[in-house]
Parts: sequence; C-alpha cells; structure tokens
Amino acid sequence: MNYAVLLQSALVALLRNKMRSMLTVLGITIGIAAVICVVAIGKAGQAQVEQQLNNLGDNFVWIEAGGRAVNGVRTGTHGTKTLTYADAVAIKNQVSLIKSVSPNVDGPVQIIYGNQNWFTGFRGVSPEYFDIKRWYVDQGAAFSQDDVDRAADVCAIGRTVRDQLFGVEDPIGKVIRVKDVPCKVVATLHPKGLSVSGQDQDDTILMPYTTGQKKIKGANWLDDILCSAVSQAAVKVAGQEAAAVLRDRHHLRPEEEDDFNIRNPEDIIQAQLEASRTLTILLIAIASISLLVGGIGIMNVMLVSVTERTREIGVRVAVGATEEAIQLQFLGESVMLSLVGGAAGVLFGVVGSYLVGQTLRWPMQMSLESVVIAAVFSIAVGVFFGYYPARKASLLDPIEALRYE
Amino acid sequence: MPVVNQTEAAPIASAGAAVIRVEDAHKYYDLGETRVHALRGVSIVIGQGEFVAIMGASGSGKSTFMNMLGCLDRLSSGRYLLEGIDVSRHDKRALALIRNQKIGFVFQGFNLLARTTALENTALPTLYTKIDKAERGKRAAEALAMVGLADRAQHFPSQMSGGQQQRVAVARALVNRPSILLADEPTGNLDSRTSVEIMEIFQSLNDKGLTIVLVTHEHDISQFAKRVLVFRDGKIRRDDPVVHRPKATEVLKTLPTLED
Repeated sequence: MNYAVLLQSALVALLRNKMRSMLTVLGITIGIAAVICVVAIGKAGQAQVEQQLNNLGDNFVWIEAGGRAVNGVRTGTHGTKTLTYADAVAIKNQVSLIKSVSPNVDGPVQIIYGNQNWFTGFRGVSPEYFDIKRWYVDQGAAFSQDDVDRAADVCAIGRTVRDQLFGVEDPIGKVIRVKDVPCKVVATLHPKGLSVSGQDQDDTILMPYTTGQKKIKGANWLDDILCSAVSQAAVKVAGQEAAAVLRDRHHLRPEEEDDFNIRNPEDIIQAQLEASRTLTILLIAIASISLLVGGIGIMNVMLVSVTERTREIGVRVAVGATEEAIQLQFLGESVMLSLVGGAAGVLFGVVGSYLVGQTLRWPMQMSLESVVIAAVFSIAVGVFFGYYPARKASLLDPIEALRYE
Repeated sequence: MPVVNQTEAAPIASAGAAVIRVEDAHKYYDLGETRVHALRGVSIVIGQGEFVAIMGASGSGKSTFMNMLGCLDRLSSGRYLLEGIDVSRHDKRALALIRNQKIGFVFQGFNLLARTTALENTALPTLYTKIDKAERGKRAAEALAMVGLADRAQHFPSQMSGGQQQRVAVARALVNRPSILLADEPTGNLDSRTSVEIMEIFQSLNDKGLTIVLVTHEHDISQFAKRVLVFRDGKIRRDDPVVHRPKATEVLKTLPTLED
C-alpha cells in the first residue's frame, strides 16, 4: 500500500470541494483560536496576580502592634507600645523559619524640597526591608546598617515622591525636609505601582528606623515587625512561632489576648491567584466546547462525503483497495481538515491574543506549549471524528456501493 | 438438469489451461425469513484466452456469478479456483489483493472518478500496489494507448464521450495486467456503434491472449465472444460456442460513422 499516494488522493478530494472544506475547517479554527486566546489571557491574568504577590514581599510575615483596651476603651491596631526592637531581634534569633527581620515605624509626614512640598508616608526600617518587600534601588544606594546605628539623616524616596518634589531634577544627594529633619536623599526606588487594595506603593519615603523613631515620631516602640520566612510554605508556621515568642516576651497569660496581630496579606493574593486559575480552566473548558463542535462539523462533512462518494469507494474496493486503504484515505481527509484548521487557529489565536493584550495593556505571553498542544489536539479531533465516517466507508459492500445511485 | 457436467473435460478444452474453475457453486442470501437462492450449483471451467459472454434475464444469477468471479462476493458453498488457487476460502484482505492483481473490472456505468484525468483514472488500481510513481505513470499511459486514447490522457470524464469513458474504464481494468477481464454490461449505456467499438477492443485484447468474461443482454454483443453461457434460475442452462463470430472491425465498416 502506498501511503503517500493515499494522502495525496485525500488532498485532491478536499481541494475538489474548496468551499465545503473551508467551512469545515472554520469550526476547528475557531475552536483552536479560542483555546489559545483563553490560555494566553488566563496566563497574563495570572502573571499579573503573581506580580502583585511578588511585589508584596519575599514570603512576607507581617507582625503589627495590636489594639488594647484601657478602662473599656479600645484602641485600634497600633495602639500598644509593647512591640520593640528587642522583639524583632528575638524573633530573628529564635524562629528558625524566619530568615530576615526589619523593624518598622511609620506615619504620615509633610516633606519639603525647595519650593515644593508633598504629604506622604514615611517608613523607618532596617536595610533588610529592601529584600523583605522586594524594593529595588533605581539610583544611588540603599542606606546601610551603619546609617541605622548612627540614626543618620538619610532617606530613599519612591517614584511618586520623586516626581512631586524633583520633577526632572536628579534627587540623589539633595536634602529634603521631612517634618523638621533635613534628610539627604541617597536612593530612588524602582516603582511598584498600585497595591492590591489600590494604594500607590511608590508614594513613600524609607529611612533608618532609628531616625524614624527618634527624630520623626519621638517614640521608642515599633509599629510593625516585618519578616521574611524561609519559604512560601513556612509563612504560616513562622507567623505562629513568632507569635509564641512575642507572647512569651510580653508575659501574656494564656487567657490574655495577643497585643499584636499576625497578618497574612499573601492569603488574599493567593486566593486571587486560585480564583484566576479556576476561571482560566473554566474558560478553557468553554473554549474546548467550540473545538468539540468543530469536530462534529468535520464528522458531519465526512459522513456526507462518504455517502456522496459511495460509488467511488465501490470502484476503489473493486480495483483492489483494502479496508485499511479506504479507511486511511478518509481518515487522511479528516486529519488534513483538522490540521489545516488547527494551523489557522494557531495563527488567529496568536494574533487575537496579541490584540487583546494591546487593548487591555496586559503582558501577553505566547507559549510554544499551547501551540504544540493545539496541533496535537487538532490531529486528535481529526482522528476521533474522522474515524467513524472512515470506518463506515471501509465497511461498504462494494457490490451495493457500485449499484448506488 | 445442467447441461454442463464439470467432472468431464471443459467444453472448450483446447483453449488452454483453466484460468477459472468453478465447482458446484451455491449462493444464497438470507432476507429475514426467506432465503433467496441466487446460484444453485454452477460448475464451469474457463480456459486461458477464452472470451465468454454470459446472458440471462435479470434474477437469473448472472450478476451474482460475476461478483463471485470478481472476488467481490463469496460463495455460500462450492469452490472457485482462480489460476489454480482456491480463492473461496481467502479472507477480505487476500481477496482485495487478488482483485488488484488478477482481475480487471469494467462496469456498465463506467464509474470513472469525476474531475480526475483519464490518466489518473487509469492509474487508480496502481495506487494499491507497491509500484513507484514513475512506473505507475508509464503503465497508465501504456494502458490508455492500448485502448487508443493516448491523446486524451489529460482529459476529464466530463470532456469525453461515453465510448471514450468506457475505453478509459477498460484501460483502468488493464493497468495492473490482470489474468481476466470481467465486464458487466459494458455496452449497456452505449449506442450500437460505440458498443461495437468496445467489442473491437475486447476482441483485440482477447487476440493477445487475455481471458474475458462479459455479461450482456444483447444477443448481438454476445456473438462477438467465442462462447456463450445462458443463465436461468441460478444455473447454467446452455453453454454454446459461437459459430459465426463476426469481427468487430469488419462490422464497424458496415455501420454509419458519427460524422454521417
């Protein structure tokens, strides 16, 4: 048997009915294009959420000063003054799942440079903070542990602050006034954009926590202790262990509530990621239905084709075609249809997802794997939906087939 | 009582070695409760180089007999030896190979593939062989030349007359160099002159040694063969040699040409 020749006659048969073949192909094209677009959009969405997760910090564990009740009057969070630098050191030393720790004091502050001023939030931290929250320095260099020890008057400014105070001017080495303290700008921060809750993360200035505590806030306690766990999986346990350390250090009796809160902001984003994955799967499932419908289209056309060409099949059998040869010919036709459809689908899918990416300003990523999967899928559709018509053709009784009008 | 007794020598033993030997062939179809007995014990020997015409009313079993000869259908009982090989026990795949290699078919309705050139139509049986492409083209061209259509190789069936189409069908039947040519009412769709033209081709092929079995309704056509079998009720009722066999070439000269 001559396979190449059989496939050639399959191709010839398809080209004889160009319009019909094209319409049949269209079903598969739409199906594959839909799947590729949906996968690309879903992946882009996930990438965005992952970006947010990444922005949030490096396996971020957030311990904030809690509320308290004085004579029945309850303060909100950050009401207590019990969170101290010593607590941060103790957590760093005693909790093995936590790899780095930064104290944090923060508050609103008015800042002034030249004839410009701006209301922003300051944050007093240690140099570890840059890694914990994944801040990258654009220009200059972050302040050092030495600056922290000396309570040096230095700061790093976010993009929004820079734009507001300096415009196009180079801020490095310039001195700005933070509240009443003249602070030298040593670094500018690479922008992070909006947070999950819609806050401008770049509207901030960072300085050594000692400077923040003593010179800006005038306090000797901390607002938060920010930590990095050793891994994503360790975040929860690290938080619990840190809580145990703090309860011990704060001499809390078992019946007393924590005077601090362990926050897991990653949970929210993790949930978002989960939701986005679920949605993607759902969309792929819906898009796959169009692929299924396309496959049924192929089957329908192949069945019509088999009926229409009953005599031809009869002649072929009479001149010596085996069942396999007939089957292969018709299977070849349906696989060719679905392959051409798949190829066109990949093309439309790639173009389509590029356009969607342009419109939504999402970073679209085309993966080779989705193209390969599309190709494999279209062959599978061709074989699956072509098998029955091909089988039907191969089982025709040649005597009946030759008599068929 | 059948006229022919298969245990005796074949009626025309001089024709050469037996190409076809059928022994007590029975064929019945079960149609629900009734059983249709299409062949009721047919025995015959057809030798190398014979030209046999089969006649009979519809329902006489001649078509069933042809299908059986062509390995398109299998006997319910009895034996069929083609060139000494018992093909009645072959499976479907083996029968397909036999049809491909040993049997050439010509049908009443030409059965050419539409929108396919004469050459490609002729080459169809070679697609199911292991012959390479160049050889396939060569054989198809040779076969077309044999039926006098070398100059029509690239024509489509729709551009040809019925006679030409039937000649392409004959070329197709010849392309794999079969042992026998089976023709089922090859002239049924043709006018009388074209019919004789086809018979002219058959006679010339037969003169070159090809064994031909032909089913026809027309007495005139059957006279171009060397031997006529008459079927009735699933049996061969008569088996006569043709006495005054006309040469188709001569007959053509007496017929008005198309131009007239």
